[in-house]
Amino acid sequence: MKKLSQKIYFGLIMAFLYLPLLYLIAYSFNDGKTSVWKGFTLKWYVALFQDAQIMQSLYNTLLVAVLASLFATILGTLAAIGIFNFKGGFRTVVQNVSNIPIINPEIVTGVSLMLLFTLAGTILGFEMGFVTVLLAHIGFCTPYVILNVTPRLRRMDISIYEAALDLGCSPTKAFFKVVFPEIMPGIFSGMLISFTYSLDDFVITYFTRGSKFQTLPIQIYTMTHQRINPKANALSALLFVTILVILIIINIKGNKETDRARV
Amino acid sequence: MKSKKTAYPYLLWMFLFTIVPIGMVIYYAFTDESGNFTFNSFISASDYSQVFLYSLWIALISTFICLVLAYPLGFMISRCDEHKQSMIIMFIMVPMWMNFLLRIYAWVLILQNYGPLDTMLNFFGIDISLIGNSGATILGMVYEFLPFMILPLHTVMSKIDNSLIEAAQDLGASKFYVFKNVIFPLSVPGIISGITMVFVPTASTFLVAQYLGGTQFMIGDVIERVFQSDHHTGSAIALVLMIVILGFLVFMNRFGDEEAVGV
Repeated sequence: MKKLSQKIYFGLIMAFLYLPLLYLIAYSFNDGKTSVWKGFTLKWYVALFQDAQIMQSLYNTLLVAVLASLFATILGTLAAIGIFNFKGGFRTVVQNVSNIPIINPEIVTGVSLMLLFTLAGTILGFEMGFVTVLLAHIGFCTPYVILNVTPRLRRMDISIYEAALDLGCSPTKAFFKVVFPEIMPGIFSGMLISFTYSLDDFVITYFTRGSKFQTLPIQIYTMTHQRINPKANALSALLFVTILVILIIINIKGNKETDRARV
Repeated sequence: MKSKKTAYPYLLWMFLFTIVPIGMVIYYAFTDESGNFTFNSFISASDYSQVFLYSLWIALISTFICLVLAYPLGFMISRCDEHKQSMIIMFIMVPMWMNFLLRIYAWVLILQNYGPLDTMLNFFGIDISLIGNSGATILGMVYEFLPFMILPLHTVMSKIDNSLIEAAQDLGASKFYVFKNVIFPLSVPGIISGITMVFVPTASTFLVAQYLGGTQFMIGDVIERVFQSDHHTGSAIALVLMIVILGFLVFMNRFGDEEAVGV
């Protein structure tokens, strides 16, 4: 980016991306409910932390994200290994079906799961809630784990695993000593993607949560739908800072690693 | 490691939570309340064909604007040195990680009557409503999905070797010729995957139009509304949406190589 025109263009796009968020954050400090500035206050932050419902939904969101990413990682890693050993046409079919939750519009996945859970609920006598949300989240996270683990498996030299077996390792031990370290980065990035997607999911949760179970994105919907709510601004500010800190840490770590790789 | 069995739990999972739910959507779409085969759901779904076309139209315009805005930016970023690139990409990802409802809510605050932009325009004697029209919806969509266009374009463009561009220049190619014959052909996979990543969610998203577009809903909003009272018609619309999106993906896949679409 050497020319002035390029710098201006870059600046404009960045302004477009950031100004709305900064405006949102600035008004979290406004002592009034409208867009008229009435002085500085922290009361919306206090109100946010005192709101038991919001705190409960934050807890729910984290709980679902941790459990969903954990289950999805285990299910997905095992599936990736198994699918890797499938042959030909069947493998292609399985891979394509596995990708359906990724390529299908979220709203279709949402309503289809709602149909399933409503029917299963009437037969087995349960209501949608924590469990159905968790199942739905595992469902859309697992394909991402598989997509991240499979390339690692393909790159791995299978003869090292065979050598371990020849030298007397049990298959389980050989797996944890040889295969696992090789595919670990793929498992880890799959888990991370699952975690962030689960944290942020609104659409699928909306259709599978029933009437009582709340997550943070659902709470945000309740707060912002058809009204102005400064607590949502305060929440935006906190989320923004959290995301910024996390991404900066990831970026610094990444830079160090590329530097090391270059040396 | 060489066993196929580890994939069996996931095969069962896919059957229960991917195939059965989609099967139920198909079943509901083709039956009436008492379970008899009928096309009636599709006939009542055709009431919404205007909304459907409107959604595709909005998605088309938004995707086009994103492409026009992101293309030069992606190229500019790809010519920076590596550390700077990863830093810029990080700053483009921060808004992407913010909850999508909060991002739309930011625009509601900015565009609302008596909001900052409205007040400013009124000051200059211009009295138009900035919110509650297709323009606001498109703005929201572009804001929401612009990073999804920048990222794949940047990924593909950063692999374009500078020496190719220099060689073309040394051989006397004009700026336009370099673009047309070197940069553009090499960036096609990025364009394809960017279009896919913006068009699909834009066409099927819900709530953005409810927040910004006033009464002009999109197909996602319609599916949600209709599903509250009528699962059969809702399923029919969802099924049509799914088929259109899958058709679009297959169509796009024919242009680009498969690997780039998954970026």
